[in-house]
Amino acid sequence: MAMTLAEKILARKALKKEVAPGELVTVAVDHTMTYDLFCPSVVEAFKEMGFKQVWNPNKIAIIFDHLVPAKNAKEVEHFKVSLAFARAQGITKVHQHDGICHQLLFEKGYSRPGDVILGTDSHTVTTGGVGAFATGIGYTEMASIWGTGEIWLKVPETLRFEIEGELAPGVSAKDLILKIIGDIGHAGATYKAMEFGGTLIGRLSVAQRLTIANMSVEAGAKAGLMAPDEKVLEHYRELGITDFPMLRPDPDAAYRSVSRYDASKLVPMVSCSPAVDNVMPLFEVAGEEVRKAFLGSCTNGRLEDIEMAASLVRGKKIHPKVEMIVTPASRTIYQQAIQSGAVAALVEAGAYVTVPACGLCSGINGGVVADGDTIISSNNRNFLGRMGGPTARVILASPASVAVSALAGKVVDPREYL
Amino acid sequence: MAMTLSEKVLARAAGKDEVTPGEIVQTEIDWIMTNDATTHVSIDIFEQKLLKQEIKHPERVIWVVDHNIPAESVETANVHRKQRIFAGKHGFNSHVGEGICHQLLVEKYVLPGQVVIGADSHTCSHGALGAFATGVGSTDLVGAIREGSLWFMVPATLKFHLTGKLREGVTTKDLILTIIGDISANGANYRAMEFSGPAVSTLSFESRLALCNLVVEAGGKNAIMEADEKVVGYLRRNRPQGATGVVLQGDQGAAYEKFFHYDLSQIAPVVACPHAVDNVSPIIAVEGREIDQVFVGSCSNGRIEDLRILGRILKGNRVHSRVRLAVSPASTRVFLQALEEGLISTFLEAGAMVLNPNCSTCWGGCQAVVGDGERLLSTGTRNFKGRSGSALAEVFLGSVYSAGAAALAGKIVNPINYLGL
Amino acid sequence: MENNLTGNAWKFGNNIDTDIIMPSQYLSWPLEESYRLAFEPLRKGFADLVTPGDVIVAGSNFGSGSSREQAAQAIFRMGIRAVIANSYARIFYRNALNIGLYAIECPEAEAIIEEGNRVKIDLDRGVLLNLSTAREASFGPFPQNLRKIMEAGGLVEYMKKRNHQEAR
Repeated sequence: MAMTLAEKILARKALKKEVAPGELVTVAVDHTMTYDLFCPSVVEAFKEMGFKQVWNPNKIAIIFDHLVPAKNAKEVEHFKVSLAFARAQGITKVHQHDGICHQLLFEKGYSRPGDVILGTDSHTVTTGGVGAFATGIGYTEMASIWGTGEIWLKVPETLRFEIEGELAPGVSAKDLILKIIGDIGHAGATYKAMEFGGTLIGRLSVAQRLTIANMSVEAGAKAGLMAPDEKVLEHYRELGITDFPMLRPDPDAAYRSVSRYDASKLVPMVSCSPAVDNVMPLFEVAGEEVRKAFLGSCTNGRLEDIEMAASLVRGKKIHPKVEMIVTPASRTIYQQAIQSGAVAALVEAGAYVTVPACGLCSGINGGVVADGDTIISSNNRNFLGRMGGPTARVILASPASVAVSALAGKVVDPREYL
Repeated sequence: MAMTLSEKVLARAAGKDEVTPGEIVQTEIDWIMTNDATTHVSIDIFEQKLLKQEIKHPERVIWVVDHNIPAESVETANVHRKQRIFAGKHGFNSHVGEGICHQLLVEKYVLPGQVVIGADSHTCSHGALGAFATGVGSTDLVGAIREGSLWFMVPATLKFHLTGKLREGVTTKDLILTIIGDISANGANYRAMEFSGPAVSTLSFESRLALCNLVVEAGGKNAIMEADEKVVGYLRRNRPQGATGVVLQGDQGAAYEKFFHYDLSQIAPVVACPHAVDNVSPIIAVEGREIDQVFVGSCSNGRIEDLRILGRILKGNRVHSRVRLAVSPASTRVFLQALEEGLISTFLEAGAMVLNPNCSTCWGGCQAVVGDGERLLSTGTRNFKGRSGSALAEVFLGSVYSAGAAALAGKIVNPINYLGL
Repeated sequence: MENNLTGNAWKFGNNIDTDIIMPSQYLSWPLEESYRLAFEPLRKGFADLVTPGDVIVAGSNFGSGSSREQAAQAIFRMGIRAVIANSYARIFYRNALNIGLYAIECPEAEAIIEEGNRVKIDLDRGVLLNLSTAREASFGPFPQNLRKIMEAGGLVEYMKKRNHQEAR
């Protein structure tokens, strides 16, 4: 039977010839990820369940990113409990301040094409951009995976998105995924997988694909997947990882629906508080005053995002009324952005750079927004109270839109600055 | 009558021929600094207690957001907003996220001979420029903001005569900690601490700032040093108009309350042990204690000179696996200089966390703090219980050499031996 | 497994996200403190109003957003035994069932239940009964594997039992 990409991965991991949507399958998990904030809760549940040893210490990553750099002693306790457990269990994939979990899953090769990846974070869907079936769970369930190495999953129906054409200059993958979320709504893909294909995807960098997959959860998706190609292979080859299958969806696979997009028609988009599906073309909020600008997160804190912003602000000054915060998604990205001159350009323009971590996107630190203020931000959520007070307004946008709006002190269209 | 340097600066600002210790003088204030830790308190006093809410010299007021940036809570964000609206309404000089207030004042504002107050105790740093600079509380600050002037009691001066030369691996941090250990945390209460002598010319301008920065930890009202060609040279290079202020000297035969003599060649690495800055001990007495976090930064030791030393120590090495090393350049300018020199890359390569320019671990309210039972070696200013996070943590203060060596060793070590200096 | 749950209804709208249920700021707090602040951006002090056994009735996409299990835990801790919604974000759904909080999918519930109504949930028959108005709606049964987890009292208890049996 013809299968979608999600079905193929799940069938393979469930050791079945084929699976169909709605079927419950128990699958072997390839890798898990837990971070500082929830790790102590996983550890507690793991012990309470009566487990003594994790099923495989090499398949567990523990990443500190939400609480880095810790703002109080309580947060440091999360580090201590996590480190003690990792030490006792022989878990070595521990990253104390190397960057955001989803970026590291990709960067370090912990998540590979064709893998089933579970993380205690909704944006675990990110590495669907390289063709992994990656999804988020709660900490109790993670404890049971740590103990057993497996999980039950309901095979999701798949929504297919065919994107043809090319993005215009100043328009990015972020604008595309915002557009899609706006079209299908915050629950448009609940319980379902989103699969992205078409000629645009092959043209996009892997970083931009990760951006698209990352935000699929904002439409409720269980996973957002793309078939891996040569660009993806190249990344893993550099890491010395070649032992994974290059799965592709069957041409005649059964989709719940197929939506078609012409990338060349896309314009810069924004999503305004209080919901991610409150999407509109940027021009509808053009001119609105912004007080903060945030460039970072697992959505858009990668090298090309930072370089895009740097190219727009180089030699200019951030508007004096705007506080611009740049938080690279990983230590490696920070180093690369220094090498490329992007960090110098941004800081000379008036931005400041914080420790690679979740930063403001977590709402726990990193530049929380005041009530009554508006931020333009490259991250993924704009819920009430997520990144600031209940009346803080969050406008989600592409890195280019964030950068030019920071210069202008108000929302402006990046295409006017190219 | 012969006057000390502090007396001369105050006399000039008060428009008097002379002043004597104990005298109360009203002086114009050249710079009034207020930061995000307390500006909202001053705003409340200003708006609730003053009948006439006008500000004579808003151009003299400098508002800096450096303690809690990036904002770590909604409360902080709302406080910043309140301050921003007030600063904007009155036309203050505003600096958000550009670095630590005391460093920004050095880079952009303070000149020799000026009188500076700040709603922050480490305002005494600017004595290194030959200015009279001291910390005040919120009510004093409101008065100064309102009038552009303030009363001071002229302090008696303690003179520290410095001879000899610091050996490699020993810094003015070791010197000032040694002094504080000797005279105790209230040994200079209400007093000016004046540093002079042939050794001064051997000290870089930046290391003098570090020296003056900590006098408040001995209770000093202000620190002061004559501005020499190193200071003037710094100003020529860094100020757009090349302004160098009014360089004053203390008079021969001025009356000092007390003299102290320090031979810098005899200074060895020391640390201030928990939980008081005057609990100073030679570093060899505490060698071997395991360290969980090291902090390099603050208004005390976050300047380019400090980062260069740290860079030399870290280059080609990895931070010990047990240690979180947090580095926070004191300002955007320091960050950019360090970036250009490859230091930021060196820190990242070695496994350090590079924080945005701010008070960070030394303030303990926003980022990179320590937990229960942890031990921190910090180049910051204070080691009080709970200062850098948990009240159950231990904070040791030391030089950037001691900090860098501990970051590699995972424990307190004598940097001179450990680094082979 | 309990067969019936009865409690008073609290009504919420569509798309109640996890940042509303448990704001990020409180995630590192112990649940014993943080649960009192649940729903703060929308309904400050909600936990104080709840009587043990109450139920939440909501619209679509309840629990959308992050994977934070504290969202489900806080609701459970304040005494809510079941959430009845048009639909759920999938991670919240799993989290709820894993800790023993009934997450019932019933699109008709919103229309037949008003805030303060007394509601009876018949888990065996899959029937919601509004005791205040005598109106009824039905919902689909839980899949077998989930029933096992719920019967055990949640995933922790389920695994505990399993590990205990394996040890024997």
